[in-house]
Amino acid sequence: MAYAKDLAGIRALIASHKRWDKIFALCGLLALMVGVLTFAALFVDMAIDGIPRLNADFFTSYPSRHASQAGILTAWVGSCLVMLVTAFFAVPLGVGAGLYLEEYAPKNWLTDVIEINITNLAGVPSIVYGLLALGLFVYQFGLGQSILAAGLTLALLILPVVIVATRESIRSIPQGIREGAYALGGTQWQVCQDHIVPYSMPGILTGVIIGMARAIGETAPIITIGALTFIAFLPASPVKAEPPFISFDWVLSPFTVMPIQMFNWTSRPEAAFLQNAAAAGFVLVLMTLAMNGLAIWLRYRLRKNIKW
Amino acid sequence: MAAVSVASAVESRASAPQAVAKAEAKGLSFYYGDFRALKGLDLVVHEERVTALIGPSGCGKSTFLRCFNRMHDLYPGNRYEGEIRLYPDNTNLLAPGVDPIEVRMRLSMVFQKPNPFPKSIFENVAYGLRVRGERSRRALEDKVEAALRGASLWEEVKDRLKDLAFNLSGGQQQRLCIARALATDPELLLFDEPTSALDPIATASIEELITDLKKKITILIVTHNMQQAARVSDYTAYMYLGELIEFGRTDELFIKPKNKQTEDYITGRFG
Repeated sequence: MAYAKDLAGIRALIASHKRWDKIFALCGLLALMVGVLTFAALFVDMAIDGIPRLNADFFTSYPSRHASQAGILTAWVGSCLVMLVTAFFAVPLGVGAGLYLEEYAPKNWLTDVIEINITNLAGVPSIVYGLLALGLFVYQFGLGQSILAAGLTLALLILPVVIVATRESIRSIPQGIREGAYALGGTQWQVCQDHIVPYSMPGILTGVIIGMARAIGETAPIITIGALTFIAFLPASPVKAEPPFISFDWVLSPFTVMPIQMFNWTSRPEAAFLQNAAAAGFVLVLMTLAMNGLAIWLRYRLRKNIKW
Repeated sequence: MAAVSVASAVESRASAPQAVAKAEAKGLSFYYGDFRALKGLDLVVHEERVTALIGPSGCGKSTFLRCFNRMHDLYPGNRYEGEIRLYPDNTNLLAPGVDPIEVRMRLSMVFQKPNPFPKSIFENVAYGLRVRGERSRRALEDKVEAALRGASLWEEVKDRLKDLAFNLSGGQQQRLCIARALATDPELLLFDEPTSALDPIATASIEELITDLKKKITILIVTHNMQQAARVSDYTAYMYLGELIEFGRTDELFIKPKNKQTEDYITGRFG
């Protein structure tokens, strides 16, 4: 097609260009559907298998040798507690590291190397973190096969994600905002705590929750550090009747988590256990979706006043 | 405001011959969702003349300009009412059957901030030609040169056409954007406050360029600088709150505004 000189030429040209619009729109839709439909098929299949098994007893029962009596009580409690520990360590460490790298650290080859390696860390297979944690947390620090060890392991795993999200979010703040705050005589820390951190919070939270959603489904590193696959008791309660009312005994207790419970059930020969696994998988997906929903809601809430 | 200097600036062009219409807005209203941003405008854009749109911020002058090349179609919830006729073929640019892409091929636009692509100087100007179907290397080179000459940029960049456009100064970048807009021989050139991000010297060169360009091309320019409107335009429209308050020859409008609101605005009592 040559240069279009008159209106008829322009129209013919546009018509031929628009074919590509249609072709790409179709290809793009197909590409999208591969992802969406695959997930939908898996989810629906799991839901059909698992939903009949979902009732109050399933959530409040310990594991059992009898499929019909087995439940996910220890697994979901374990998952929630591990996530709590993970967030407790990953958020301050990740945000602190990201903030330091962006706002405080001098720009030289050393920080460049550190930056590149943090991004690389996000790509390290999770089993490697599991091995590291087995040697360091479980044996060296003597934490044993505990919730604390698992939480620390997963915190380590998602730390790069949190750091990268923090840095991206901080970097998207226009320089003019910083200059405005410095121009009023703010110190570096004042500018960070009053402006940089609050304004980057939506992005940071999104990163944290995406990291957590990844962590809640992780199996390999948790198995490596030796989580139990069959556990018939709950960790010690964090709240006690006598002073000081709060107890941290639970952090050192043995545990299991949802994916391990599923893994355990899928490796059993009886079909009824597979049904249990599907039900547990359904619950796990819902937990992940709920976390993502929370991320979207928080981002929406916090970004209302921020425009750039 | 210095009304005297404005008057002397426009006096020299007071005897320009009457021009024919190139485009015409008829009863044009525009809605952002439920908000009526333009309220039934009628305005004639004369061929090979510069028509300036002035008015305080939020009066709808940029909104009006962006109706001409259907920029509002890029965002959901926008709606046009009325017509914009493009002559001599008398096409209604806003008609549902008219493809906005076709409209944008016929009209060119220069934006408020210089927005060159992160490509070479040559590729920036060549892009519109490529979109328009030009494949011949020779023709591309000729047309890019002609466009750069038309935008008074050729002498400054002829030895470094392969350089990144970002290495140019702000004023040069804006002239590059003008060259990009000129390359495809548009029937109407739209300027949306083209000098508001530039320093006075770069502004002067752009204004000179606009005065030069109108010998061959019809120009519609939005400006928030009244002196600029007085310096470069042949016709001026004063807008306020989405309405066209007064439209006329620039010399008449600046020396003897018929409307009290226009007078208040151009004398600096308001706005």
